[in-house]
Amino acid sequence: MLTLGPLGFASPLLLGALLALPVLWWLLRAVPPAPVVRRFPGVALLLGLTDETTETDKTPWWLLLLRALAVAALIVAFAGPVLNPQPARDGSGPLLIVMDATWASARDWPARQARVSTLLSEAQRASRAVAVVTLTDLPSEDTVFRAPDFWAERVAGLVPAPFVADGANISAWAETLPENVDSFWLSDGLDHPYRAELLAQLQRRGNVEVFETSRPILAIAPAQLDEGALVVSAHRLPGGSAADVTIDAIGRDPSGVERVLAQGTAGFANGDTDASLRLTLQPELRNRVARFQIEGQRHAGAVALTDDALQRRKVALLTGREGREGLDLLSPFFYLRQALGPVADLIESPSVDDLLLTAPDVLILVDITTLSEVESAQILEFVNAGGLLLRFAGPGLAASDLGRGADDPLLPVRLRIGGRSVGGAMSWGEARLLRDFAPDSPFAGLVIPPEVTVSSQVLAQPDPGLSDRTIATLADGTPLVTRQFTGDGQVVLIHTTANAEWTTLPLSGLFVQMLERLAVSTRARTPDAAEFEGTQWQPQRVLDGFGQNVDASTRPQVAGEILATQTLGPDLLPGVYTGTLGSVALNIGSADMELLPMVWPATVPVERDMTLQERDLKAPFLLAAMAVLLIDILAALWLSGRLRRAGAAVALAVAAIIAQPPAPAMAQSDDRLAIAATSSVVLAHVLSGDPRVDDVAQAGLLGLSRVLFARTSIEPAEPIGVNVEQDELTFFPMLYWPITENSPIPSAAAYERLNRYLRGGGMIVFDTRDAELAGLTRTTPEARRLQAIARALDIPPLETVPEDHVLTRTFYLLQDFPGRYRGRDVWVEAAPADSELTEGMPFRNLNDGVTPVIVGGHDWAAAWAINADGTPMFRIGSGLAGEQQREIAYRFGINLITHVLTGNYKSDQVHVPALLERLGQ
Amino acid sequence: MTTAPTLRAAAQALAAPLPALLAQAEHLAASVLPGAHGRRRAGHGDEFWQYRAATPSDWGPRIDWRRSGRSDQHFVRETEWQAAQAVTLWIDRAQAMAFSGDTKRASKADRARLLGLALAVLLLKGGERVGLLPDMPARAGRAQLEPLTFAVLGADATDYGTPPPAILPAHSRAVFLSDFLGDPTGVQKAVMQAADRGIRGALVQILDPAEEEFPYHGRSIFESMSGALRHETLRASDLRARYRDRLAARKDALAALARATGWQVLVHHTDQPPATALMWLWTQIDAGQRR
Repeated sequence: MLTLGPLGFASPLLLGALLALPVLWWLLRAVPPAPVVRRFPGVALLLGLTDETTETDKTPWWLLLLRALAVAALIVAFAGPVLNPQPARDGSGPLLIVMDATWASARDWPARQARVSTLLSEAQRASRAVAVVTLTDLPSEDTVFRAPDFWAERVAGLVPAPFVADGANISAWAETLPENVDSFWLSDGLDHPYRAELLAQLQRRGNVEVFETSRPILAIAPAQLDEGALVVSAHRLPGGSAADVTIDAIGRDPSGVERVLAQGTAGFANGDTDASLRLTLQPELRNRVARFQIEGQRHAGAVALTDDALQRRKVALLTGREGREGLDLLSPFFYLRQALGPVADLIESPSVDDLLLTAPDVLILVDITTLSEVESAQILEFVNAGGLLLRFAGPGLAASDLGRGADDPLLPVRLRIGGRSVGGAMSWGEARLLRDFAPDSPFAGLVIPPEVTVSSQVLAQPDPGLSDRTIATLADGTPLVTRQFTGDGQVVLIHTTANAEWTTLPLSGLFVQMLERLAVSTRARTPDAAEFEGTQWQPQRVLDGFGQNVDASTRPQVAGEILATQTLGPDLLPGVYTGTLGSVALNIGSADMELLPMVWPATVPVERDMTLQERDLKAPFLLAAMAVLLIDILAALWLSGRLRRAGAAVALAVAAIIAQPPAPAMAQSDDRLAIAATSSVVLAHVLSGDPRVDDVAQAGLLGLSRVLFARTSIEPAEPIGVNVEQDELTFFPMLYWPITENSPIPSAAAYERLNRYLRGGGMIVFDTRDAELAGLTRTTPEARRLQAIARALDIPPLETVPEDHVLTRTFYLLQDFPGRYRGRDVWVEAAPADSELTEGMPFRNLNDGVTPVIVGGHDWAAAWAINADGTPMFRIGSGLAGEQQREIAYRFGINLITHVLTGNYKSDQVHVPALLERLGQ
Repeated sequence: MTTAPTLRAAAQALAAPLPALLAQAEHLAASVLPGAHGRRRAGHGDEFWQYRAATPSDWGPRIDWRRSGRSDQHFVRETEWQAAQAVTLWIDRAQAMAFSGDTKRASKADRARLLGLALAVLLLKGGERVGLLPDMPARAGRAQLEPLTFAVLGADATDYGTPPPAILPAHSRAVFLSDFLGDPTGVQKAVMQAADRGIRGALVQILDPAEEEFPYHGRSIFESMSGALRHETLRASDLRARYRDRLAARKDALAALARATGWQVLVHHTDQPPATALMWLWTQIDAGQRR
């Protein structure tokens, strides 16, 4: 193989053919191209002229160059060019390809896969048997050496694992390897405990080569809370220069979309191995953060999941009603503040309303007995919606009648009168201790300090369900904490006080732990091994090797003991696990982690950098030759003047391919419609599907628009026909909807739009155009159709237009509303039932609301309709009376549009005489 | 191919803006047929010209008694002699005329027809008689226009045209429209013969710009329009200078012929507006009147 710079040639002798190029040049120039035949009358003058040279100048130099290039490309292509030729790997025995496949190798996994592919093709050429083994997913049986093409199909399926392989398994596996095996080890660059032993094993069996990449490894440690700020630290291998890494805090935004919520930069100083970032976030935002991630690193080590440790719950404290100037240490709130202040966001307010508006997770009532009916309902709603209501007893509760007779939904149990006092100065007994928590209690496992005593408590009424609701008891079996699930939430009552008056509980650490367990506050530390014992944890999300979040709710539960070891492996993937103790995040990185580079012995050859991929350039060269020849065809055509027609066709074809598919016509028409409909007032009619009816409606609205323009200050533009299925309706003050027997029933989407239109103040005038028939029969097909159409519409109760309806006087004073026909009732929204005629007033005081629908059958559009020349389209009635009827129809139209546009303004005017009269006095 | 109605309409449109052309007959006495306008001398005609004293040679009935009654002399009433000029057109219909160097340009034949007909329209409007070689004798009146229009359409099979041998009215006018690329002897003969009969005229050489420029390169075979003549070259561009020399020589020969016979020559290119050529023709035919 001949190598020229990065190029190698498989059969370099063929390159000698390049010497023939100048000959080709000369040949191409000498051989005349085919003549062009031209019709030319001046040929009579040419006859007898001879050429001065025998060489054609038809072929320009650049065309020659093009052809020479094509030939040169062909020659080079057949000489077998290879970019970055790899020196042939010697060795003939089986080849073992070992991949670390840890999270650290995920950062350049495709490069590793490509390297393996190259190795496989080399082995293919050398006919070597190959086994590809990932250390994190060792073969369950013996390592099988197979033909390289078997592995070539499987390379794409290899994935890195989000953990580091277990040394014991590896040494066991290495024992099973056959003798005389060369190895190629794709290392992740980190020092792992199993390295030395495996290396020794491999070296004993044959040559070992190692491949490493120089891409930096960065790992992130889980975030810690430090004085309200989040501290995230990043780690790297020692010996780096100063660098900045960007760390993203990622979580769901309020709309549920995962996004970067915050971002910060951690700077590594020169030579430092870790850098940290302080992020100060709003509690709301901080609670949303699901993970931290180093930007640009795509592996599980660059992701730090968050758990409860970062979550802070909002706790609402109803404070107001103490109303006394107590000493701080006597105030029950003091202890709560002390316990909750560092781990939760406390909201204090005397108003239940205000507290619930902040959407707290927990509402704490301390010895509150008087809640108004409204407040009770609000709190109950809060609890039913998943809130936690935590109540403390106290003298007030003991003295009140709360929960005496019947179940109070805001108390978990019924209470006995008075409560009891044991161990006070005036009682015989001594203060009671707490009994160990039952295993099914949320407090299970908490250690009860011996100094915690209870001297007074309120007592629960014995009840069959009491034991179920009790989650903590005193030594004598009386309930101390009771809980009742209500709706999605729960009500918890601590039967003693939140201050040290009745008990010493608030003085002990147990108080804090109990609050934690009740999820009032959240834990600020990982549970210790003892707490983990006997618990089961459900993985929620786990990370794969690339650091992608994978939903893991279908994975088996993990025992707390395993979780406590924090040793990641195939059974314990990094991720978020939930259990009774809350949620725990397992991450690859930790605050004290140290990344150490693997130092290979000098005897092991290491491919340090990314090797350049060997690339066979034969195909590109052939393609280039082909392309050049194509260009040559075009050029030759162009030179002979035959390109113009062909060129136009090609250009058209190319343009057709390049041209974007036309945007949907609907979108365009929508914009046009919106512009047309909003540039001035526009009357609109709904297209009924019958072109004749639509034409009449269009002409009718046009006629009405003209009359409005002439007589009023309403100056409508040309009316528009709208399709309720497609068009936006909100632009139109009124829709005229002629109903035919076959009017289509709108689709659900159209109904939604129509209802929105009606609710948004639009008006629809339904015209069944059947008034002359309706008098004869009970119903007409059109009326039935209207019923079918209107069934799904949001239409209020209707009544026939009352005499004092504002439609009768918005512009003209009208008594009836004829169109082409007359005499039938017109229906509008019914007036409220309680509207009454005021003494001395001509009209009822009906101020609110423009009727959303008007239903009639008078075929108004036909009466309004005009031809293009302004003459009426239809004859109305007969003679002068008919013209009179048309005039009234126009007046109705004017009243209608005025009503639509001015609303109840005319109705208000009714009071003007009265006001004026009063002012005059 | 231009159809007859559109060609006529185009010709009429082109002729409309020009003033009516009055051909001046150079040889008044020799002309026989009466025309529509006076020749400013006594002769056959309807318009009064003058009263002159009767001479004894005058025929008795010719004496105008009304005028003679007012004096003692006898007078003869003379009318102005009215006669029309005869103009004969020859429009080359050979295949070579169908050439156009560019699809956007009209062919030479189209241009020749247009010019010829425009001239005919003008002349007929002026009352002249217009004929067309080879077989349409000169006649006056707008009725002549239609047969003319139809006669100019169509093409001959020959590559190059020569004016057909025909006896033109003596002392009339002739206009030859052609590219004159064919054998020059035919034209020379026709023009000489005509000049011998006292006919004056104009030669309009209509050429396509491509024929003037010879914008060709590379290996080419040039064919005449009918395909009868062929010429092959390896380098068309080499021929350009010599071709143009030959064309110039051909033009010179035409000019020399014109000088010898008192005719006029115009080289007209199809990319030039036709109105200029028509104006030139008009001045040439009208020139005699001012002379």
